[in-house]
Amino acid sequence: MTHTDWPLWEVFVRSRRGLSHTHAGSLHAPDAELALRNARDLYTRRGEGVSIWVVPATAVTASSPDEKDPFFEPSADKPYRHPTFYEIPEGVKHL
Amino acid sequence: MTATVPATAALALGDDALVLSHRLGEWAGHAPVLEEEVALANIALDLLGQARVLLSMTGDEDELAYLREERAFRNLQLVEQPNGDFAHTIARQLYFSTYQHLLYAELAAQEGPFQPLAGKAVKEVAYHRDHAEQWTLRLGDGTGLSHDRMSRACDALWRFTGEMFQPIPGVDIDWAALETSWLASVTDVLGRATLTVPEGPRTGAWAAGAGRQGLHTESFGRMLAEMQHLHRSHPGASW
Repeated sequence: MTHTDWPLWEVFVRSRRGLSHTHAGSLHAPDAELALRNARDLYTRRGEGVSIWVVPATAVTASSPDEKDPFFEPSADKPYRHPTFYEIPEGVKHL
Repeated sequence: MTATVPATAALALGDDALVLSHRLGEWAGHAPVLEEEVALANIALDLLGQARVLLSMTGDEDELAYLREERAFRNLQLVEQPNGDFAHTIARQLYFSTYQHLLYAELAAQEGPFQPLAGKAVKEVAYHRDHAEQWTLRLGDGTGLSHDRMSRACDALWRFTGEMFQPIPGVDIDWAALETSWLASVTDVLGRATLTVPEGPRTGAWAAGAGRQGLHTESFGRMLAEMQHLHRSHPGASW
């Protein structure tokens, strides 16, 4: 098994209409069309999705683990940024 | 409508699906890449599901799959051909899936014993056909090596394609029109893949037309031995 030539693709699956695409995993494929088909076979065969995006992994710019503190730490002690003081009405699922 | 099931037709269509499913299953652990292995296994499982429904229409599915002798199988010789290299597997799939997709679309559109199955399976088969077409385009119009291999595979399997259009008793469709549509579609795909439509007879060749009568090619016996070995060694085994 060697597929060093094939680029890596990140797969995003929308599980239902109205929800957003969620990262499902990654796979190798020679081009975008086959990446979509591979994604269909790998991530949606049990009815998990209604829509798929594939994105070349090289096109994703990720935050570095070294920058974790400056990126995320400052928000930890600002509870007023969190909408925790609202009561969520019954029956609202995706809030 | 409870039409009696034409046993010959159920066996022919069921054996096509069963045998090709087993061939594709042989790729498990051997496919060129993991992603493609899953794709082939998915197609194999779709076909196995179809085979179970079809064989159950005319008898006990396990008995039919595991306890029949070679001469009692009614599948096309095309589907029993060995996997060969990846190009051979794709060429076999292109020829068969195009045929099966057109055939199931016809069966899904008319009332009859096969309508429920065909109506459901036609969507699966559309994907099999698309998968084979996508790969045919990439192998044919790929590198010099992939082009040569794909071209060789298309040529090698060409003589098994005539058999697909021998009318099956109990399947009431326009077989000549089916063949015309098949040829047009395959010609189109091969053209876009920069491959030439193979020359040579598709009917009347010595090997053509025999699978439906129970005459099979050399490699089929070996495949069957492997497929049936476990069931015959341990009758009634379960887990």
